[in-house]
Amino acid sequence: MLEFFSDPKVVKQLTHLMESIPFAVWETFYSTAAAALCACLIGLPLGVILVTGAQDGIHPLPRTLMQGLNVVVNLLRSVPFLILMVMVMPLSRIILGTTIGTPGILVPLTVAAAPFVARLVESSLREMDRGLVEAAQAMGCTTFQIVWKVMLPESLPSLLSAFTTAFVTILGYGAMAGAIGGGGLGAMAMMEGWTQRQWVVMYGAVIVLVILVQIFQSIGSRLSVRVDRRVTNQRGARKTRKRQPQPDGGSFDPPGAE
Amino acid sequence: MIELKNLSKIFPAADGELHALTDVSITIADGAVYGIVGMSGAGKSTLVRCINLLERPTSGQVVIDGADLCAMSQKQLIAQRRSISMIFQQFNLLMQRTCLKNICFPMEIAKVKRADAEKRARELLDLVGLPDKADAYPAQLSGGQKQRVAIARALACDPKILLCDEATSALDPKTTRDILRLIRDINQRLGITVVVITHEMAVVEEICTHVAILDHGRVMETGTVEQVFSNPQTEAGRRLVYPDGVRIEQLPAANVVRIAFNGGSSYEPLIASLAIDCGVKVNILGADTRNVNGQAFGTMLLGLPEDPAEAAKAAAYIKNQPDVTMEEVRDYHA
Repeated sequence: MLEFFSDPKVVKQLTHLMESIPFAVWETFYSTAAAALCACLIGLPLGVILVTGAQDGIHPLPRTLMQGLNVVVNLLRSVPFLILMVMVMPLSRIILGTTIGTPGILVPLTVAAAPFVARLVESSLREMDRGLVEAAQAMGCTTFQIVWKVMLPESLPSLLSAFTTAFVTILGYGAMAGAIGGGGLGAMAMMEGWTQRQWVVMYGAVIVLVILVQIFQSIGSRLSVRVDRRVTNQRGARKTRKRQPQPDGGSFDPPGAE
Repeated sequence: MIELKNLSKIFPAADGELHALTDVSITIADGAVYGIVGMSGAGKSTLVRCINLLERPTSGQVVIDGADLCAMSQKQLIAQRRSISMIFQQFNLLMQRTCLKNICFPMEIAKVKRADAEKRARELLDLVGLPDKADAYPAQLSGGQKQRVAIARALACDPKILLCDEATSALDPKTTRDILRLIRDINQRLGITVVVITHEMAVVEEICTHVAILDHGRVMETGTVEQVFSNPQTEAGRRLVYPDGVRIEQLPAANVVRIAFNGGSSYEPLIASLAIDCGVKVNILGADTRNVNGQAFGTMLLGLPEDPAEAAKAAAYIKNQPDVTMEEVRDYHA
C-alpha cells in the first residue's frame, strides 16, 4: 500500500488530481445547475401543458397540437445524447456564441433534459388526486389558479423528487462534456484519466462524481420528505406536531428524534 | 331556487352510449334540505355535478334564481360557482395546506384580503367545532374532522347553496350523525339551501325536508320526506324505503298489505280494534318505525285473512281510519 503511494507516477497523478479537482467540481456543479435550471424552466410548463392540455385534462387543447408536442418530447428523448450534442451545435452558436468548452455543453444538456423533466412533471401531476381538481373547479378556480394553487403545491414533494432525478441525470450526461471540449469531472476522468492512462486520476474523478451524486440525491430526498404534509410520521409533519401537541399521537417519537 | 329542467346526460361508452340521466326535472326551494337518493349507479353524482356544471348536461337547463347556467360564459359560470359550495365523500382538502389555509383557499380565489380571510376562517373553525385545529394539516385529522374543515371551507364565501356528494359515506355512524346535525344546523341558522346526495335512507330521514328518488337516471318520485316515506309510490321508492323487504312468496299469507301511520298515532289499537269491531284477525308480518324530522312514522306489513269477504272487510275498515294509508304489496319485489 505504502509502496503504491510512494511510486513517483502515482504521486504525480495524485498531485495533479488534488490541484485540478476543485475547479472540475465547480465546472461540473455549475454546468449541471445551470442546465437543470434551464431544463426545469422549460420542462415544468411543458409538463403542466401535457397534463392540463390532454383530452381529459382541465383545459383540453387541440388534439393535433398535443400529439405534436408528444412526438417532439419523445423524439428529443430518443436521440442519444452524444449525437444530440453535435446536432444542437448550431443552436448553441446562436444562443451562447460558442459550441465548445463548458458553456458549449449547456444548450445540449438543456435540450436533452427539458423533455425528460417534462415527462417527470407530467407523471408527478397525474399522480395527484383528481378530486382536488374537481373541488377547486367547484370553488370557481380558473385553470391558472388550479395549476398554480392546487396542482403544483399539492405535488411539491413528488416534483422535488423528480427534479432530483433530473439533476442527477444531467450530472451524468454532463460527464460526456469532454467529448466537445467541456470541462468538469467527467471530462477529467475521460480525457486526463482514460486516454492518458492515468488510472489514479480517472478513479479519483469518478469517486468524486459518485460522492456528488450521493450528496445531491440525499439533499433532494430530504427536501421532498420535509415538505410532505400528507403523512404524519415524517419529518415535515413532525415539526408542526410539536407546535400542536396532540394527545393521541406523537408520543411515539423519542424526544430529539430529529 | 334551483330548477333542473329536463336534464339529460349521455356519456360515450365502449358499447355505444351511457344514459346517466334521462329527462330529470326537479325544483328545489330556497332553504330546503333536498335529498337525492338512489342506489349506486343511479346517476346521483352526475346529477349533483350538473347543478354547478362540473358536468355539462347533454340537454336541458339548470336554472338557479332565474339564471340559466348552461347559457353562461366561462367567466360568469366561475362567478356563479362561488355561490354554490360543495363537499365530497373524500373531503378533497388540500393536503399541503393547514386547516386554516384550506378554509382561506376559496377566499383567496375570490381575492378577499388575507387578514380578513384568516379572521373569517377562524370564525368558521369555531362554527364547525374545531377551534384548535387551525395549524394542523389534514393528514393529522380524523375523517369527521376533515369533513368539518371541508364544511367550513364550503361556507367561507357565504354560499347560497351547499351540495353534499355522499358527504357522510366514508364516516362511521356516530360521526355521520354529528356531521348531519352540523349540516342541518347550518341550514337552519344560515338559511343555505342544501342538496344531499346519498344512497342511505337514514341520511335522508335525519336531515332532509324533501326527497327525490333516482333510479337508472330517472326521477321516480319526488315529494316531502313524510309523503315519500309513509307511502312510496314506486318500486324504486319502496326498495329504498324498505330495503330489507322479503319476496312476497316468502310471506306466509296470500293477501299482504302495507299500512303506514302518518305521524303520531300508535298502531296497536288499530289491530286490536280491527279484531273487536270487525271480528277479523290479521297477521302482523312485519313492523317498523321511523323517525322522520322528529315525527314518528310506523309501517306495518299485514297478512289479511284468506277469505275474500273477510279481507275486504278488513281492508275497508283500515282505509277508513284517519292518518293511515294502505296499499297492497302484490307487486312488491316482483
